[in-house]
Amino acid sequence: MSSKFFENPIIKWVEYRLPIFSFIDHSVGSGYPTPKNLNYWWNFGSLAGVVLAIMVATGIVLAMSYTAHVDYAFESVERIMRDVNYGWLLRYIHMNGGSMFFILVYIHMFRGMYFGSYKEPRELLWIIGVLILLAMMATAFMGYVLPWGQMSFWGATVITNLFSAIPLVGDAIVTWLWGGFSVDNPTLNRFFSLHYLMPFVIFALVFVHLWALHVHKSNNPVGVDIKGPQDTIPFHPYYTIKDAFGLGVFMLFFMFFVFFAPNFFGEPDNYIKANSLVTPPHIVPEWYFLPFYAILRAVPDIWFISAKLGGVIAMFASILVLMLLPWLDRSKVRSARFRPVYRQLFWVFVLDCFILGWVGANSPDAVFHGIPFLWIGQTGTAYYFAHILIIIPLISILEKPKTPPESISAAVTQAAE
Amino acid sequence: MSDTATPTATPDDKTRRDFLLLSTATVGAVGTALAVWPLVDSMNPAADTLALSTTEVDLEPIAEGQSITVVWQGKPVFVRHRTAAEIKAAEAVGLGDLVDPETDKDRVQKPKWLIMVGVCTHLGCIPLGQKANDPKGEFGGWFCPCHGSHYDTSGRIRKGPAPKNLPVPAYTYLTDTTIKIG
Repeated sequence: MSSKFFENPIIKWVEYRLPIFSFIDHSVGSGYPTPKNLNYWWNFGSLAGVVLAIMVATGIVLAMSYTAHVDYAFESVERIMRDVNYGWLLRYIHMNGGSMFFILVYIHMFRGMYFGSYKEPRELLWIIGVLILLAMMATAFMGYVLPWGQMSFWGATVITNLFSAIPLVGDAIVTWLWGGFSVDNPTLNRFFSLHYLMPFVIFALVFVHLWALHVHKSNNPVGVDIKGPQDTIPFHPYYTIKDAFGLGVFMLFFMFFVFFAPNFFGEPDNYIKANSLVTPPHIVPEWYFLPFYAILRAVPDIWFISAKLGGVIAMFASILVLMLLPWLDRSKVRSARFRPVYRQLFWVFVLDCFILGWVGANSPDAVFHGIPFLWIGQTGTAYYFAHILIIIPLISILEKPKTPPESISAAVTQAAE
Repeated sequence: MSDTATPTATPDDKTRRDFLLLSTATVGAVGTALAVWPLVDSMNPAADTLALSTTEVDLEPIAEGQSITVVWQGKPVFVRHRTAAEIKAAEAVGLGDLVDPETDKDRVQKPKWLIMVGVCTHLGCIPLGQKANDPKGEFGGWFCPCHGSHYDTSGRIRKGPAPKNLPVPAYTYLTDTTIKIG
């Protein structure tokens, strides 16, 4: 925002009482200095923010036509699809928007891992990000139950039953979650209430995430701190335009699915109304949960811990352990560009996540060219934890990193030579 | 003491203030917990949900080797009229072979009738095996398609991730051929 803008008497009047315009300017305007070398991997945070807004907007209107009752939920969703004006569009945007949100956030997180964005002084920024992921997972899970299809019902049954693994109080907790003795009308009602609540929790977390971000500013591809004004450019117009361009490209991708393959990410079984007496032959969660589902099923009985409890612990641990990354990674060098060993192992980790996703999509007793999926899942799970708990700490000590450039601007001028 | 607004603290006075602070905070915390309880408890099963807690079943029409599924508390209950071979197989298993050791005798009131909640003890799917052409798993009982748990002809877990046998609900014989579950 130009200084001319701030000379406007109305703006001045408001500013004196509530400095909202300078707040916006310092957050996403010309008053926010941003490293001048950010690449397109830095688009995904703002893209995720846009999708969050799209989800809230479509969700509010969808809720106006949805009925949270076991006898009407499925029919009300079909009515949205057939009778409500543009209902099909709103639902397909909301449905695919969920998948898009996870695609963007997973890329955003891998970006953070590659460029060491979680390192000092951005530990809390990273931890808040993991909390956002957890809140997104809860929201997505409850949202998936609302259409009351077969996958909705059985997904809800399987996931709520995870809590029965807790010793002593497990069954009481599950009954409390259900509000009955099985997933039923009380469960659907509370999931609708909480699904509507959670986006606001996510909004609050995003606000804190951005607050923390703005204290030490964005990390950047070379991972060197901002040394002075020569290293930065104003967020507006430089990154507003870069984000806007990225948004255009992303919307092409998003809308391709909405208009041409709206059920690509879904399960056909969810167009069958929930039946509490028939389990579908193959229960699979939505794709974004598949790696964690594979971890859940990979754990065998270990000593006195049953496979069920062990699986639940491993699944939650696989996300919570990410919060420890800033302390497990001892390397002072942030960017993987200057860490030859870490850079390769990072991609092995990405591959491992994809393998776990593939295992999660398959039946537990299926076999791949003579290799049981169970073994692949167990190997993948072991590697997942080994990467974070053993490999990252070890290479951060053993690896000899290349010397990063003096500063962000030095990196740019060196590259030009 | 009273001639100054903030009297110089004596050791005694400090203890009293600490006590007041601590007791106020404690009463506040307990009060908040008590006030939150109705919100938490409202999510537990309501009175009308609890009222639907028993189911009666007529066993007469179930032929030998046949199973039916009835609904009790929103959950499926398997009622199986076992064949002599199935009873024999169930009784022949040694306790050492079982994940959750339980004799067949402890799981039935009359060996012919096996009555249990048909919800997999792993993550709550409904095992297959009620229909004649369903997969029955490696032990001839039930097989859970979700995560591959195998149950035997007494509904005991034999293989797979489930930790416990299919639970036997409380039931009573009202007559020779009717039972009340719950």
